[in-house]
Amino acid sequence: MSLDEYRKREFKQVGQRVRRPDGVDKVTGRAMYGADATAPGMLVGRVLRSPHAHARIRSIDTSAAAALPGVKAVLTGADLPVQEDAFVRDVQDNCMAREKALYDGHAVAAVAAVDAATAKAALKLIKVDYEVLPHVTDVDVAIKPGAPVVQAGRTLENVPAGMSENVTSHCEFGHGDPAAGFARADHVVERHFRTAATHQGYIEPHAALASVTSDGKAELWCCTQGQFFVRTLCAAIMGMEASQLRVTASEIGGGFGGKTTVFIEPVALALSRKAGRPVKIVMNRDEVFRATGPTVHTSMDVKIGMTKDGRITAAEAHLRYSGGAFPCGTVDMGAQAAFAAYDLENVRTYGWNVMTNRPKEASYRAPGAPQAIYAVESVLDELCQHFRLDPIDVRLKNAARKGTKSSYGPTFPDIGLVATLEAAKRHPHYTAPLKPGQGRGISCGFWFNFGGNSCVSLNINTDGTVGVTEGNPDIGGSRASISLMAAEELGIPYERVRTIVADTSSLGYNDVTDGSRVTFAVGLATIKAAREAIRVMCGRAARIWGIDAEAVEWKDGAAVPAGPNAGKFPPMSLAEIAAVSFETGGPIAGHHEVNVDGAGVSFGVHIVDVEVDRETGATKVLRYTVFQDAGKAVHPSYVEGQMQGGAVQGIGWALNEEYIYGPDGRLQNPGFLDYRVPVASDLPMIDTVILEIPNPGHPYGVRGVGETGIVPPLAAISNAVSRSAGIRLSELPMSPPRVLKALGA
Amino acid sequence: MKSIPVSTTINGDACEFLCTPDETLLDALRNRLGMTGAKEGCGTGDCGACSVTLNGRLVCSCLVLGVEAEGAEITTIEGMADGDELHPLQRHFIDHAALQCGVCTPGILVAAKALLEKNPEPSDEEVRYWLAGNLCRCTGYDKIIRAVQAAAAEMRGA
Repeated sequence: MSLDEYRKREFKQVGQRVRRPDGVDKVTGRAMYGADATAPGMLVGRVLRSPHAHARIRSIDTSAAAALPGVKAVLTGADLPVQEDAFVRDVQDNCMAREKALYDGHAVAAVAAVDAATAKAALKLIKVDYEVLPHVTDVDVAIKPGAPVVQAGRTLENVPAGMSENVTSHCEFGHGDPAAGFARADHVVERHFRTAATHQGYIEPHAALASVTSDGKAELWCCTQGQFFVRTLCAAIMGMEASQLRVTASEIGGGFGGKTTVFIEPVALALSRKAGRPVKIVMNRDEVFRATGPTVHTSMDVKIGMTKDGRITAAEAHLRYSGGAFPCGTVDMGAQAAFAAYDLENVRTYGWNVMTNRPKEASYRAPGAPQAIYAVESVLDELCQHFRLDPIDVRLKNAARKGTKSSYGPTFPDIGLVATLEAAKRHPHYTAPLKPGQGRGISCGFWFNFGGNSCVSLNINTDGTVGVTEGNPDIGGSRASISLMAAEELGIPYERVRTIVADTSSLGYNDVTDGSRVTFAVGLATIKAAREAIRVMCGRAARIWGIDAEAVEWKDGAAVPAGPNAGKFPPMSLAEIAAVSFETGGPIAGHHEVNVDGAGVSFGVHIVDVEVDRETGATKVLRYTVFQDAGKAVHPSYVEGQMQGGAVQGIGWALNEEYIYGPDGRLQNPGFLDYRVPVASDLPMIDTVILEIPNPGHPYGVRGVGETGIVPPLAAISNAVSRSAGIRLSELPMSPPRVLKALGA
Repeated sequence: MKSIPVSTTINGDACEFLCTPDETLLDALRNRLGMTGAKEGCGTGDCGACSVTLNGRLVCSCLVLGVEAEGAEITTIEGMADGDELHPLQRHFIDHAALQCGVCTPGILVAAKALLEKNPEPSDEEVRYWLAGNLCRCTGYDKIIRAVQAAAAEMRGA
């Protein structure tokens, strides 16, 4: 669809703030989440975890546990096959350690028993003979030669010599000649930054209920962002054919990227196969923190040169990310995203992934981008302060636009950065007076967005209603968005469409709910499935009227003759066509399968006011406004919700949240009391301004909106703290002790 | 461990169950009675997803023993709607898009109802401090505060 066509379109349903179809279930406690399911004869599974940051497993004696009355199965890494594929091997080894425990909390054995008390008692009877090894939990230590090696033999060839074996990969992006650019600058700022690992912090711990039967079939119920990918991984680990493993996604209690892989799912399946009974495993919060994916922790150097009128002459970033005890590609995304907002002549980014004795990283909302962009936007702000230039003007001066060759390669099509910056500059928040001691910060943010494999079936029911079957868990209102798009295309009321999330045996493959892809890509597939159904319905009307199918078109929810030459027939509504479908050729359905490209990048700008308490070091967020390009906001309330939720996760990251490791390599704060996510009383309202710069890659112009919102808060708040308290911090979180230290208190 | 019989009232209905002396009220509700509306997010009283009222008092049911429910009156999210008529809080949570994943929603609704029973006209600040024990990771709380205030206004007849 061309942009002109898009601009002419008058939306009737899309853009309405309708009630989500799963709302009543979710406000009455009826919605079924991961831990809420049961099965006949179900056993309780529990996992034994390493207390050591790094240890060789000499042997595991499970005999006493297996002999305990009520214990039905015991599992160790030796029970699982050796995987050829490195990716699957890493996933499996993370679910159950094989030769070494690689971090505090790494699973080493599991049991299934008749009840929780018996399972717990059985874990205590398992004797693991550990040879404790030297460990390393800090990226800057782990990168140096001579550091304890987390895993040997994982280094790719492109890693320069002279680094520790913990460095698994290296990447480089950019163009131009940074050295020449720096030479032309009136001022150059180079700073070192560090960011702590943070956890996605979904409120629902991982849960899985597995049932493997003696005929080789299996059912798996779990909370996941992608039931099809769970099937791929679990089938590989279990040595099963995909067709024999049906995975059903429960309602999901938050994910933010953290539920895009497996942790306990293959363990529950393997225990069920051994025990011959269904097994349910539910993690507790301590396990979630110690053994599921936090984000990377980082060490970064950023250097930017600028002329005195605010034009960037050169930019460079060196990023060292650690995704824990396994190779991890997140640094590549950080290195690509770092300078994506700017039109730069000379830019270069370098990235290294470094293994440490920490849990394996899982994606977290725009993985890799918040950290790198925090460093870039902090240095940019310092340059604005140096030259006394307006921070939005400087960003506008350097902003990427349509036709800009991005720092990571592609040339941008229509993008919304300039419009977003201009909206921020116009907004009353930007010029509102501040009291003494208060500071205002801004930052840009960017995310690539993703499309991916999508498969949708759309059934026209004989009563004139419509069922949409899609394959991505509804993590924040996507059933409503999908129903809205189907209703829009078909020309029927939203209430007549019901969208359900299918299990893996009911639909073709759908990629994980990630990359802000669902409303964009599944929406696109839904619209095209609706168009297919419309084609069929027009054909049926043509048959009834005795005219050519090409002589019928779809208008306002009905088939009509296309022009006066087609003949005179009254419109036939969807309901009328559906009612007689059995006599005109049978049931009517449309479907669409596609690997969607053209996701359309997303930019955001945040403005925040803060006040630093010089006595306690606490930073209070006073006012917050998010500006973001949504392409087209299908359900504006849930678009705002993504913007607000992302901003608040970023606020937590900026001010409080961090993985704290002791000298013993153990996580010191694996609970919500000591790992402090923002609570209601920490925050102001989060104001939102939705920009709609249509994405040419989607029939309605939709862009993903889920991830960009977490990117700007880190630097926006740091920049505001700098203006509030006169201190420029370069380490996150800016927790009260760090702020006090910087204040010299 | 030998189980103990407990007689209690849940959402107005007499209810008896067996539980072990170390079993939480949350586990008894979820695993013995099939009332899975209350969620376990932490098990340590930090997240509020398991909020219920016990003799009118808002509690984290993960910090209460099942046996403490003997003779008590408990209300849970399952008892909030009157048949098929949603409580104003429930309705406004849907209308204001105050939930995304929805897993914290039962606890927040139970907590918000307890607030409005004590204080029918709270300030935003009072709502925020009352709900400070209920973690929501999706919404940033903005729409939750607005939904609670809209429900409060409706309940006051404003």
